[in-house]
Amino acid sequence: MLRLPRLRFLIPDSARQAAAMAAEGGPTTMLVAGGTDLYPNLKRRQFATDTLVGLTHLRELHEVRGEASSGFEVGACVTLSAASRHHELHAGYAEAAGLVSSPPLRNAGTIGGNLCVDTRCNYYNQTQEWRQAAGYCLKKDGDICLVAPSSPRCWAVSSSDTAPMAIALGATVVLAGTDQERELPVSALYRDDGIDYLAKQAWEVITALRLPPADGLRTAYVKLRRRGSIDFPIAGCAVALRMEGDLVESARVVLSAVASHPLEVHAADQLLTGARLDDETIAAAAEAAAKPAKPLDNADLDYFWRKRMVRVVVEEALRKAAAR
Amino acid sequence: MADLKVVGQPLPKADAAAKVIGAAVYADDIVLPRMLHSKLLRSPHPHARILSVDASAARRIPGVKGVLTGQDLPIRFGILPVSQDERALESEKVRYVGDPVAAVAAVDEETAAAAAEAIRVEYEVLEPVLSIEDALRQPGDERIHASRSLPANLHRLQSYEFGDLAAGWARAAHVREDLFFFQGNTHLPMEQHSAVGQWVDGRLTVWSSTQVVHYVHRALSKVLELPMNKIRVIGAAHGGGFGGKTDPFAHEIVVAKLAMVTGRPVKCTLTREEVFYAHRGRHPVLMWVKTGVDEEGRITAMHFRSALDGGAYGSYGAASVFYTGTLQTVTYDIPAYKFEGCRVFTNKPPCGPKRGHGTPQPRFALELHLEKLAEEIGMDAVELKRRNFMQPFTRAVNWLRVTSCGLEECAEKVLAASGYRTRERRPGRGQGFAISAYMSGAGTAIYWNGMPHSEVQLKLDRTGVTAYCGAMDIGQGSDAVIAQIVAEELGIQAADVRLVTADTDSTPIDLGSYSSRVTFMAGNAALEAARKMRALLDAAVDARAGVPFLEACELAETKWGALSTAGSYTPPRIGGPFKGSGVGPSPAYSYSAAVVDVDADARTGIVRVNKVWIAHDIGRAINPLLVIGQIEGSVYMALGEALMEEQTFRRQLGLHKWPSMLEYKSPTFVDTPEIESFLVETVDPEGPYGAKEAGQGPLLPVIPALNLAVHDALGVWIDETPVTPEKVLKALKDGRVGPKMFPAVPWPEPIIVEPPARDDMRVGAELEAAFPSA
Ligand SMILES: Cc1cc2nc3c(=O)[nH]c(=O)nc-3n(C[C@H](O)[C@H](O)[C@H](O)COP(=O)(O)OP(=O)(O)OC[C@H]3O[C@@H](n4cnc5c(N)ncnc54)[C@H](O)[C@@H]3O)c2cc1C
Ligand code: SF4
Repeated sequence: MLRLPRLRFLIPDSARQAAAMAAEGGPTTMLVAGGTDLYPNLKRRQFATDTLVGLTHLRELHEVRGEASSGFEVGACVTLSAASRHHELHAGYAEAAGLVSSPPLRNAGTIGGNLCVDTRCNYYNQTQEWRQAAGYCLKKDGDICLVAPSSPRCWAVSSSDTAPMAIALGATVVLAGTDQERELPVSALYRDDGIDYLAKQAWEVITALRLPPADGLRTAYVKLRRRGSIDFPIAGCAVALRMEGDLVESARVVLSAVASHPLEVHAADQLLTGARLDDETIAAAAEAAAKPAKPLDNADLDYFWRKRMVRVVVEEALRKAAAR
Repeated sequence: MADLKVVGQPLPKADAAAKVIGAAVYADDIVLPRMLHSKLLRSPHPHARILSVDASAARRIPGVKGVLTGQDLPIRFGILPVSQDERALESEKVRYVGDPVAAVAAVDEETAAAAAEAIRVEYEVLEPVLSIEDALRQPGDERIHASRSLPANLHRLQSYEFGDLAAGWARAAHVREDLFFFQGNTHLPMEQHSAVGQWVDGRLTVWSSTQVVHYVHRALSKVLELPMNKIRVIGAAHGGGFGGKTDPFAHEIVVAKLAMVTGRPVKCTLTREEVFYAHRGRHPVLMWVKTGVDEEGRITAMHFRSALDGGAYGSYGAASVFYTGTLQTVTYDIPAYKFEGCRVFTNKPPCGPKRGHGTPQPRFALELHLEKLAEEIGMDAVELKRRNFMQPFTRAVNWLRVTSCGLEECAEKVLAASGYRTRERRPGRGQGFAISAYMSGAGTAIYWNGMPHSEVQLKLDRTGVTAYCGAMDIGQGSDAVIAQIVAEELGIQAADVRLVTADTDSTPIDLGSYSSRVTFMAGNAALEAARKMRALLDAAVDARAGVPFLEACELAETKWGALSTAGSYTPPRIGGPFKGSGVGPSPAYSYSAAVVDVDADARTGIVRVNKVWIAHDIGRAINPLLVIGQIEGSVYMALGEALMEEQTFRRQLGLHKWPSMLEYKSPTFVDTPEIESFLVETVDPEGPYGAKEAGQGPLLPVIPALNLAVHDALGVWIDETPVTPEKVLKALKDGRVGPKMFPAVPWPEPIIVEPPARDDMRVGAELEAAFPSA
């Protein structure tokens, strides 16, 4: 079978110490939580890593604190299974967590790991032997993009299911650095780049996700994938609405798997705000949301089709959220 | 046979408990003292000459105990005598990405992998041939197999005419032609291939995850130049084959050779990616079919052409070509039939047998074609098909002999249960109906020999009875069937029959778990052996009733010493008097019919399967639980092929697009709809207790039925597999998605075959005596 490279596994006493260990180790040291994303990637030699800093043994990262009225703080190592079953979290967030991969992977995968999940591409998520046969690409070991050869950048796809929902909710993450903690909106956690997709320092540890109070927010996440389980999203839409009667008071629409970062579509938000949520508005918002989506030929199914489907998932997510 | 006690019981598989509690020892579970791990180095190029192989750096790595290159294993092998075209390690040229060129044995997997990586191979890259069309043209650089006599990259070329075609066409009131394409796909067993080799005192033992220990035994003997009695092949607990473990493989030969070279046991387990390269899966097939019907919709003549994309080696391909042509005539009654088939080599992993071997493709084509024909002439498609159903006890125009045949009953069962005839007609909702037939074991062995196809020995002493059977239980439950047959005859419980199976040292010959042959052939052998043993037991107790079994055993041993009996089965000659008649005959055919119900969304193109009704003529269900397991597994596999599975390659690179279980899409439990199965028992005259096959036939009708359901829902034709959402949308725009032309093939003059009398049921010597002398 494919084997992991030989690794040193460090067990820090705190998130702060984890950050310090990661910072000291430099680029060949990585943080690991459930490992459901990282271990397969390491088996395929996607990172030149010799040291891992474990996080899941840190008790404080497993807590869910707060309540619906004031907002929850969800520890970064809370598993996706636990988050999906938590009845008081925003329905759309629990829904997104419950739609990640498959039951066994959700039992191991964490919400923090899900926010940091590597971007994906059919030319990249392959074994070393395959990539050697295909010719290496920009994201690892090569100097061109095999999907868009004339492009100077990597277009690997942001594939987190929960990140768009966290952004739609206006959630923040708590980051532990080597000597300080800081809070960052999830929307500021990402960069539009398939390689350098996170805007935090590599060693900074996400310790928690802070979700806003329930406060009348209606949320939904709709995920498109080939099969009913296991698959990463090939298009997804997270919606957070606040309604005033049958008018939309505020709206946030964020897409997954159509760009190298979770794609916020403010044009759709603006269109929805103040409008009556009827078929026409929904169609117009979906149209606006689909416009900036730019799927490429590096994920499952035809990219023209995926682009067409963005509208469908946005409409469905809006209807679902409004009905909650 | 009304008083059957064990046969007909839905008993669990013989190895169910061992598998559930984790006691079953799969090949990869085997750990022997001082065992080494092996890794194959495979070609990164689809087509290239090997200029040099330098393994010196690998040999220097600490922990590396053995390195093999092509020079060490020069003898060619292959599953069919006509296609001895593979080498365990190539030394001259590579023919697909993944073709093995070198192998190492080291103290652990990491060292083995590092050593394989350290081997330097210099290649001269050649232009790859990646499609059927390319393979029919003169190659840019050179042919994939230079020594072949056929032009370009043609591997096989067949042409036959059965019956009076001219008269058939003349009689036809309507004639229609269609083109279809069936995409290639792979078996995807849960267990990767794995083998362990051990060499002790001039004797070789190989444990392998294989479907046929006998074929591995033969290949090892040939390539390693060892007599058969110095080699023992044992089938380890099995995690699924579906035809993908029916060839001998490079890794099996490599672990044996490395064990001989190093003097230590050696294991090789393929990675999932390597399983995609080992392949031998479903051939991509391009098909053209032309059928004439009379005013009543009865078929007057049919002409069928197929072109198979074979991949880099022969494998079972010579048989696969025939299978795309032969079984048409046992499903529908075709009075005049012309078949032209070819197989080409391409620089892709070799195709071979996958569940249904060569027949799902034509079945798909034919069921859609007849539906189109019915629509064109304004006739109900079910009625048209029905008028042409093959009837029991009929000899087909190409000499295949149909005995029991429950086609009518199967069709009626699913049509009634699904409410097909009164189904709701609205856009987006549809049902499709299709039928099929399949063989209960091939009537002819794949290599010429006079031995029985299956033998079973029973040993009986004071401890009870043990059955020795060469067949490998690959998860289908064949061991349970053998045990049930023996138990039935001896009047004991199935759980009281001990089994020793798939071990070339201790079990007699069996041609393996493929071709849907085990229940029929090994079952008949077990029946014979058990009846002989029963007679001995009866004699031992002087025909007294009520003697407890173990007591009877002791009496028997006291009387005669330890007892053994044997039974065997050889199918009679069934094929007609012509070259190539060996592929297609079977002592009995199973029949199936299915209705698939779908929602097909015109906006997204997404197809959801609501339910599948399937009826299968099993002859007799020796174990209905296992039969239904096979039916449900077949439906699941068929839906995967119909909706999502495709083994496709990057252009130019010839590289498998996604050799992983995440990106090669195959349905999960949640994608699998409710399946309602009906067993039709026609009690075949030759099957054990009347039983026929269940492992492959039920897959066949489901794929066309799915396409027809999408047609029913949206009015579009998708004349290829799989039906993906993009294709549905494209078909909604263009009316049809599918191939546009059949390439020019240099068909030979057809072999003209006189058809038999329709009621001629003779077999064996009687039949041969009646052949017109050449
Ligand atoms: C077959 C399969 C299917 C999958 N399907 C999906 C899917 O549908 N949707 C989806 O979103 N994901 C999917 N995944 C990816 C993965 O399972 C999830 O994203 C999961 O949530 C990752 O969490 P983890 O704890 O396992 O992360 P890990 O693998 O431990 O880490 C992932 C990344 O995050 C970093 N990291 C982890 N925790 C922290 C932290 N607290 N602070 C800072 N950095 C951290 C790691 O350094 C690493 O770079 C799938 C994976 C597989 C193997
Ligand atoms: S988008 Fe281009 S650069 Fe990025 S991973 Fe894919 S092929 Fe490589």
